[in-house]
Amino acid sequence: MGHRRPLPVVLASLLAGLAFPALADYQLNFPPPKTGLAQQIYDMNVWVMWICVGIFVVVFGAMFYAIWKHRKSVGHKAEQFHESTTVEIIWTTIPFLILVAMAWPATKLIIEQKDTSNPDVTVKVVGYQWKWEYDYLQDGVKFMSVLSTPREQIENKAEKGANYLLEVDEPMVVPVGKKVRLLLTANDVIHAWWVPAFGIKQDAIPGFVRDAWFTANEVGTYRGQCAELCGKDHGFMPIVVEVKSEADYKAWLEAKKAKAAAAAGDAGKVFTQAELMERGAKVYNANCASCHLPDGKGIPGAFPAITGSKIATGAKEGHIGMALIGKPGTAMPGFGPQLNDADIAAVVTYQRNGLGNSTGDLVQPADVKALRK
Amino acid sequence: MEAHATEHGHGAPKGITRWLTTTNHKDIGTMYLWFAAAMFLFAGLMAMAIRAELFEPGMQIMSPDYFNQLTTLHGLIMVFGAIMPAMAGFANWQIPMMIGAPDMAFPRMNNWSFWILPAAAILLVLSMVLPGGAVATGWTLYPPLYMQGGISYDLTIFAVHILGASSIMASLNIITTILNMRAPGMTLMKMPLFVWTWLITAFLLIAVMPVLAGAVTMLLTDRNFGTHFFDAAGGGDPVLFQHVFWFFGHPEVYILILPAFGIVSQIIPTFSRKPLFGYASMVYATASIAILSFFVWAHHMFTVGMPAVGQLYFMYATMLIAVPTGVKVFNWVATMWKGSLTFETPMLFAVGFVSMFTIGGFTGLVLAMAPIDIQMQDTYYVVAHFHYVLVSGALFAIFAGVYYWLPKWTGHMYNETLGKWHFWLSMISFNVLFFPQHFLGMAGMPRRIPDYALQFAEFNQISSIGGFVFGASQILMLIVIVQCIRGGKKAEAVVWEDAKGLEWTVPSPPPYHTFETAPEVK
Ligand code: HEM
Ligand SMILES: [Cu+2]
Repeated sequence: MGHRRPLPVVLASLLAGLAFPALADYQLNFPPPKTGLAQQIYDMNVWVMWICVGIFVVVFGAMFYAIWKHRKSVGHKAEQFHESTTVEIIWTTIPFLILVAMAWPATKLIIEQKDTSNPDVTVKVVGYQWKWEYDYLQDGVKFMSVLSTPREQIENKAEKGANYLLEVDEPMVVPVGKKVRLLLTANDVIHAWWVPAFGIKQDAIPGFVRDAWFTANEVGTYRGQCAELCGKDHGFMPIVVEVKSEADYKAWLEAKKAKAAAAAGDAGKVFTQAELMERGAKVYNANCASCHLPDGKGIPGAFPAITGSKIATGAKEGHIGMALIGKPGTAMPGFGPQLNDADIAAVVTYQRNGLGNSTGDLVQPADVKALRK
Repeated sequence: MEAHATEHGHGAPKGITRWLTTTNHKDIGTMYLWFAAAMFLFAGLMAMAIRAELFEPGMQIMSPDYFNQLTTLHGLIMVFGAIMPAMAGFANWQIPMMIGAPDMAFPRMNNWSFWILPAAAILLVLSMVLPGGAVATGWTLYPPLYMQGGISYDLTIFAVHILGASSIMASLNIITTILNMRAPGMTLMKMPLFVWTWLITAFLLIAVMPVLAGAVTMLLTDRNFGTHFFDAAGGGDPVLFQHVFWFFGHPEVYILILPAFGIVSQIIPTFSRKPLFGYASMVYATASIAILSFFVWAHHMFTVGMPAVGQLYFMYATMLIAVPTGVKVFNWVATMWKGSLTFETPMLFAVGFVSMFTIGGFTGLVLAMAPIDIQMQDTYYVVAHFHYVLVSGALFAIFAGVYYWLPKWTGHMYNETLGKWHFWLSMISFNVLFFPQHFLGMAGMPRRIPDYALQFAEFNQISSIGGFVFGASQILMLIVIVQCIRGGKKAEAVVWEDAKGLEWTVPSPPPYHTFETAPEVK
């Protein structure tokens, strides 16, 4: 494994790392800021840290001096002074003034952070267990963004890639230099959308819409993670944002729209079993496998198996209904809002004819459409 | 009355019933402390497993869900099972001896407040083996995630209720004892600081434990009886839970630390051979911290999307707490200044406390700055912050207190060399364990994740190594304590050269009943 190092090397490189903060793997501060907000946060943190270091040196300088000089073992006799109102007033007032000096710039920054007015682009971001959905409201483009790190890497059966756990199948894309306003909400539990380089973190709360904004000032790919414990795969729902030039962004939007139009054509289509099974396997692995496991065996006591399940081997309608609506009060979400008819048809077919089941029947998009309310 | 005194005057009854039925404050104090030690080791083992999983990237020894169960139970048990009972143990042993009272005000209730604790612990531990496993939401129990769990989620709610009831009973007892049973001449402003800090803590507990009980009861009815307090689909609001939880939660962190302040304020003057620099200002600072702690809760919620005025108010209020906290630190340093210092193990831990707790205070200040907290919230930086205030804060103070009063309690001196080893190993490994976590948080590592990106590998590995050493070092303390109970050099009544206070006027170990006639305090 590329990343394993013997202990002495680790300790030696710790010292080296302190001396060379630029070394990526021993990063001692925030990642390089790529928005005005992140830059201000970065600077303010450095400034506050220095104030703290200063106070620490003064106060603990005094303490260590006392430890050194005022020891009984060096013959120091205790002086019995105590209680001094003057001293108490001084060491109450000075910290207070320092705090006021710190609060002032922080106040300005908070007001700036909260100003989501006049955005150029608005994207609705929805947190799901355990993926993100991006909905470009002005352009009608909407897609899911799921972790793309292969399972084998997580289970240590394959060499881990450079962006291990910080890579997705479809990143969010935004134009450079434009104010992007996010409208955040969630489908199931609370998640939090966080990209450190942008200096933005906002909880996504089911049933409520919150907003936040950023203006990325450099083209590139930036990575973050969900920052609110949201269940077992909380550590496996990264955020990847590609910042593109205006022209590239437009081209990306057009390509996305074309793809969406093609997908819409699927709705009335009748698929073959092979087509449904192939598509269904993909949908299953992206949406269902994290709980029901890739082989459909589930986790006893927590997540039921698909293999041999009463629902997955019973009537089609019940099975489609479970996929569409989920089971309220459990971790099983309804996929109706996230997946189109063809995807649901495919995944239901896959569950009925794969993973050790063999009902032999096919589900077509039209069957799903009929059951949607 | 006469007959009673002769009947019980000689010592403790024998056997297991002594411990089940005891109403003696010293016995109950001992049981609290052993219970806390057991829970500390148990939750510590969980931490070892957590650090082992995080030793390198990839999932090695457990499932993500089990990882979340461990972090949750680790937090809940350390807070409610280890730190709080340990502080209650000190209160039981010390408060009557420090104020010259024969026992606690309500001895039978005292027995109850202890004996319901194991029931709560059993519920929590049992939940690990029930279908679906233990609670995996983090110790903060946020819904809607909390709605998704199985039977153990309901058991955990009951456990929290029991723990709360225990704390409330203990607090009523402590307040009554302190207000009514002080020896003649001991005015409030003559009380040892440890007694003061516990008096204030007890009021905090009575104020906020019912709030927590209310919050988890709402979870219970949401889960089982169709209410929608925290469910937007039914007109509720998940964020409401966070407000209620942190209205309890922030005072709770001061419940954990104020008695620690008290312990350290006893120890530093003793080993400086000098009175505390500003007794009155320490009392006022403690009271201001306690009062302010009710008005800052939403600094744990800077990323929920409060309006700007909300962010501003909670930022200002939180920053204000740094002022009385600073006053405390300045006072401890001024007490040491021009003293005649010696560094026995209690003093080492006390000095370790002052310096490390202050680092936690500084990071607290950084986190109080709402714009910066937006980056730090729910990262390892927060994990580092609260371990600096809770481990090198509350826990180090507990260690200091144990070494300080152990000779009084047992009548034997502990092994000073081993004690010093315990301190230095703990101090160094603690920093190896938690200091790098500041960097991890800033670099972008969220908390509560079982696996992480490669860029975080080195610091995690260092942190884990520190963790294993820290864990192993605690075995040393166990050895010291057991040795000290079994025997050792005989301890004098005044164990430490310059120790002041009523507890040092009774022999070591103290008789089963002390101060049956109240001493006179001048
Ligand atoms: C100067 C004093 C302090 C200040 C200004 C302060 C500030 C803060 C802030 C703003 C947070 C929220 C961070 C976040 O979640 O983003 C926090 C978290 C925390 N603090 Fe402090 N703090 C102080 C002292 C303490 C003390 C004395 C304790 C306990 C003994 C403590 C225990 C905690 C804990 C346990 C958390 C994390 C809770 C959780 O999310 O699980 N803090 N502190
Ligand atoms: Cu707090």
